[in-house]
Amino acid sequence: MAAAIGVIDYGMGNLHSLGKALERVSASSRLVISYDPEELMNCDRLVLPGVGGVRECMNELRRLELNEMVVEAARNKPTLGICLGMQVMLEWSDENEGVPALGLFPGKVVRFPDPKPDGDGERLKVPHMGWNRVRQTQDHPIWSGVPDDSWFYFVHSYHAQPSNPDHVLGLSQYPNDFAAAVARDNIVAFQFHPEKSQNLGMMLLANFTHWDP
Amino acid sequence: MLAKRIIPCLDIDRGRVVKGVRFQDVQDAGDPVEVARKYDYQGADELVFLDITASHEDRPILFQTVEQVAREIYIPLTVGGGVRTCADVRALLSAGADKVSINTAAVENPGFVTEAGGRYGVQCIVVAIDAKRVNKKKEPPRWEVFTHGGRRATGIDAIEWAQKMVEHGAGELLVTSMDRDGTKAGYDNELLRAISDTVAVPLIASGGVGTLDHLYEGLEEGRADAVLAASIFHQGTYTVGAAKEFLDGRGVRVRI
Repeated sequence: MAAAIGVIDYGMGNLHSLGKALERVSASSRLVISYDPEELMNCDRLVLPGVGGVRECMNELRRLELNEMVVEAARNKPTLGICLGMQVMLEWSDENEGVPALGLFPGKVVRFPDPKPDGDGERLKVPHMGWNRVRQTQDHPIWSGVPDDSWFYFVHSYHAQPSNPDHVLGLSQYPNDFAAAVARDNIVAFQFHPEKSQNLGMMLLANFTHWDP
Repeated sequence: MLAKRIIPCLDIDRGRVVKGVRFQDVQDAGDPVEVARKYDYQGADELVFLDITASHEDRPILFQTVEQVAREIYIPLTVGGGVRTCADVRALLSAGADKVSINTAAVENPGFVTEAGGRYGVQCIVVAIDAKRVNKKKEPPRWEVFTHGGRRATGIDAIEWAQKMVEHGAGELLVTSMDRDGTKAGYDNELLRAISDTVAVPLIASGGVGTLDHLYEGLEEGRADAVLAASIFHQGTYTVGAAKEFLDGRGVRVRI
């Protein structure tokens, strides 16, 4: 039977484009979009997407009994977090007056500094929305074929601060460096949206579907 | 650092891409799916898809066209026109939109912006502001908000409205100058600058692009974070790639 990629559907965010992108890059895999913990546990690899607020995200994960499943699955299955799905992998987020999260990576999630003029005298806007470059700070199979300093699409007001620098896989700048990608063992996560980042985003998703940590 | 975004706009009327002047005299500009695919290929940073007669005719947006367009592109897609309820927002996101643009419904009920942002995340809520200059000559500039595809005056000051919408949870503003729309005379940079300098969320400039210089002016003088244009791309005057090369040559950060 074809390998299965489970996309965790907890009602937060647009799985349309992610599902479509995964189908495009992994024709040989079976795509399972589900909120059933048992069905997801039977998949070979998992994707945790997400947009919106962290409190509601954690509430929904708990309500659907998915929080423990994700932590359990992330012990051995290749697991990919995207955007809010990356942020909930940290221990704590400052969003919504502070919310404890899954704790797969030590560290927390903080808001971008209040908008103030950058070097050109122009104010920085929050959300950080649009295309930004990602500097690859470590070699990793997920970067295979992706040039350093490539552009990816971001949209977020908070960003992860992993406490272990060895977990940082890529940095972006707004206005200071922040973690745009993190990884450890069989987990990798992106703050940006590969499914919205044209060909290079597709390449990252393809690399994930082949990744054998 | 973050790049400035170039966003082709597809105005849709009854399933076709159209282009009007000052919101009227509409002409056909092609099939939405083909046009969207072309801009994705040319390196567009996002696409905006506006059902320009939905609000005016009080009918729901064309979900099927949204689905067809979303299936073809791997860049963010914003959809607007006749978005009135959270059910509309959800249906558009499910059809493949990444953001929805709210205009008339925000004026009728500002709380709707807060509700939609709270439920689906502020990053997917774009508030569209159609503004027209209303000051007399020699008076300081003043702009008023219009709704229903530019057909109805509201008496609301556009700058105050922009601030209020951000307080209500708009994640981004799409500001169209009705005086300039379709004229190819350039954006109303004074309007853009007045809004961009007072709000903390990204601003998309719209209405009036006729040359590549206009894009540059919108970003520099108007201090917009993104520039939206329709006819210069639809008519093939410039490709998105040519626009980016031009801006790059002028020292603007763009994704090439």
